[in-house]
Amino acid sequence: MIKKGLLATAALASMLTMGAVTAQAKTFVYCSEGSPEGFTPALYTSGTSFDASSRNIFNRLVEFERGSTIMTPGLAESWEVSEDGLSYTFKLRPGVKFHTTKYFTPTRELNADDVLFSFNRQWKADHPYHKVSGGTYEYFSGYVSFPDILETIEKVDDLTVKFTLQKPDAAFISKIAIDFASIHSAEYAQQMMDAGSPEKFDQEPIGTGPFQFVSYQKDAFIRYQANEDYWSGRAPLDKLVFAITPDAQVAYQKLAAGECHLVPYPNQADLASIEANKDLTVDSQEGMNVGYLAFNTEKKPFDDKRVRQALNYAMNKESIIKAVFQGAGNAAKNPLPPTLWGYNEEIQDYPYDPAKAKALLAEAGVTNLSTNIWAMPVKRPYNPNARRMAELIQADWANVGVDAEIVSMEWGEYLSRSQKGDHDTVLLGWTADYPDPDNFLSLLNCASAKSGGNRARWCHKEFDDLFQEAVKVSDPEKRTQLYEQAQAVFKEEAPWVTVAHSVVHKAMSNKVVDFRIDPLGGHVFYGVDLEE
Amino acid sequence: MLRFILTKLGVLIPTFLGVTLIAFSFIRMLPGDPIELLAGERGVTPERHAQLMADLGFDRPIWEQYFSFLWGILQGDFGVSFTSRTPVLEEFLTRFPATVELAGCAIIFAALIGLPAGIIAAVKRGSAFDHTLMGISLAGYSMPIFWWGLLLIILFSSPDMLGLTPVSGRLSALFWIDQDTGFMLIDAFVSDEKGAFKSAVSHLILPTIVLGTIPMAIIARQTRSAMLEVLGEDYVRTAKAKGLSAMRIVGVHALRNALITVVTVIGLQVGVLLAGAILTETIFSWPGIGKWMIDSISRRDYFAVQGGIVLIASIVMMVNLLVDFMYGLINPRILHRR
Repeated sequence: MIKKGLLATAALASMLTMGAVTAQAKTFVYCSEGSPEGFTPALYTSGTSFDASSRNIFNRLVEFERGSTIMTPGLAESWEVSEDGLSYTFKLRPGVKFHTTKYFTPTRELNADDVLFSFNRQWKADHPYHKVSGGTYEYFSGYVSFPDILETIEKVDDLTVKFTLQKPDAAFISKIAIDFASIHSAEYAQQMMDAGSPEKFDQEPIGTGPFQFVSYQKDAFIRYQANEDYWSGRAPLDKLVFAITPDAQVAYQKLAAGECHLVPYPNQADLASIEANKDLTVDSQEGMNVGYLAFNTEKKPFDDKRVRQALNYAMNKESIIKAVFQGAGNAAKNPLPPTLWGYNEEIQDYPYDPAKAKALLAEAGVTNLSTNIWAMPVKRPYNPNARRMAELIQADWANVGVDAEIVSMEWGEYLSRSQKGDHDTVLLGWTADYPDPDNFLSLLNCASAKSGGNRARWCHKEFDDLFQEAVKVSDPEKRTQLYEQAQAVFKEEAPWVTVAHSVVHKAMSNKVVDFRIDPLGGHVFYGVDLEE
Repeated sequence: MLRFILTKLGVLIPTFLGVTLIAFSFIRMLPGDPIELLAGERGVTPERHAQLMADLGFDRPIWEQYFSFLWGILQGDFGVSFTSRTPVLEEFLTRFPATVELAGCAIIFAALIGLPAGIIAAVKRGSAFDHTLMGISLAGYSMPIFWWGLLLIILFSSPDMLGLTPVSGRLSALFWIDQDTGFMLIDAFVSDEKGAFKSAVSHLILPTIVLGTIPMAIIARQTRSAMLEVLGEDYVRTAKAKGLSAMRIVGVHALRNALITVVTVIGLQVGVLLAGAILTETIFSWPGIGKWMIDSISRRDYFAVQGGIVLIASIVMMVNLLVDFMYGLINPRILHRR
């Protein structure tokens, strides 16, 4: 009887294995919008490179839950923050395996050395990997300025790492969840260094993530396969292919022809016909961004808040959004998007009121104002058509007696000259790097007024104090309060016209199961499945 | 013969130097700062900007940068792309086979249709065929490539229309073949994946037609006018008078002389196509050098642009040199001219 049972089990088992072998591998094809610059996220800044590397190949100590901005343990199982907010101790997850590929076989599991390697490479100029691939580490050294925040990183034991900061930074945990803080294998790095080809480390990546790198054919395909030993469970997909398709119209045709499963940035004009196609779906979500018009508060008469308020009143935001975003944008009243914590619901936006605008201008003694509106030459998620937006603003302002000339120039020039403050008013925007109000409001503090990132060149003591205070405290409720107050000051002082938060769209085949739009703009394929 | 080759080579050196100078200076004349572009909306502090400029060597005097660029080229070093951080030569070589494959197919397509069409039009001058053909070739010559490409995609690839050819790329994403030579037709043929070769061929059809359209029209028109000129020559009349067959007069006597013009045209077209079929490559997501150059220019990747231009220009010069030699073979008089 027992024997029979065993035989039956064996037969069943062999049938199951046979079934698994014969079943078609599930290959997901993603029509990505461009070529990645490379595969080590710390070296690059574009979302395209992050999609191809950090978001599918690598993990970070702390991560964002898929499709949300909730922080969740990644390679660190847990962490503790000291009373004074100066030290963070991370307990690493035991048993995490690095990818085994054609070019690398790990001999050990993840430990503290890997964490130290990943940060020290970016931090220490004398680190053997610091200069490899000409790294300048824009995020680490530039955008989150870790050299000004970090004091030490220490290995406490094999599975414990302690970060000590120079000053408290309440957004620190959010910051180490950003792509640049992905954890690499120190063992692989050493192996490549010993082999005399350290740059290979950045071209053929080894991570701990749900997918492992197979090959990259420049400007054509990136191929991945599921990591069988993924610590959070194997991905439902077997293979993942990025088919690089820069033209959105062509990407849509490929989607319709069944050559790919998902298109990240469909043309606004194609949305209706995609929705009409019974094999395709469009998913939408409000993006974590803001499009704004900044007044140069160092120039007259924009140093007078009545003038800035007047020009806020003079703009018919609703009609501008209708024309420019074609339904894919919502009016913004705060510099933060409503999907982010800390958003102040109580704020009242300046309504469209030309009479009030005229009165305020008269009160400020401004007559026959002639100024300029800088319009970006490129399409951005927060502003798909800056030129059109500028024309509509120009018309609205003309109604209150303000004559504005539209200025446009090459994008790099636009960025650099607006940073120097050559403009009167400038259209620009922001998309979140990490889900913390700090990331948006730092565009308005005094430090960035000095460095130029603050295009309003607005340095307001009350606002800045609130901002500084919020970075120091770690109690979320207290921080929320401080940020809400800061937004109230901002609205009263009106250094910007907050124009819109745009909606992002993803076009996909009906076969795609459980793709979740990442509020931070990434494309994550772990957890996604394909229906037969 | 030797003297002929030496003279041709002698002209190449100053041309080459001129190209390096133009490639080096033009990209720097464009407004826009690569570091600002990299930083985007975030901006970059002046100190960090200066630091990055120094890291990339842009703080050195401009002539020094030029000479180090030139010196690098002589040693086969074209610099490192600062977006991808890989050597420019490597970037170029991994993409060049894709361009060669497409350009080769396009020129073969253009010559296969353009040559016979031009000959027939010349022989049947004034006929309905002649008028139709010249009309079509004028249309082909003035074809807006972007529109033409999208039109063909919608017509041939859309599942609602014919659904015959794939939309873009070089191979279906379902085939995982190694890129040994970079020529997809060869790689797919030697791979053991069934159907890969067919997929590679079907991916080539539309881009070949789109890229080949303008050269085809040019070749047809040039062949026609060259043939007409030759057919009016005395020796052709003599041949006719001698009672040679029309086939022989056109095929042997007239065509060989008309070919000199036609080979020049084809040679120039090869140069143009190799230099990057930018629009076609963009529409069909064809991973060649044209698309790479455009991306590099928009990122102000100075090293990639200057290195890429010099490499492309060198290839065009080589092709032209080859065309010169081919004249010699077709028409030995050129070699012996003093």
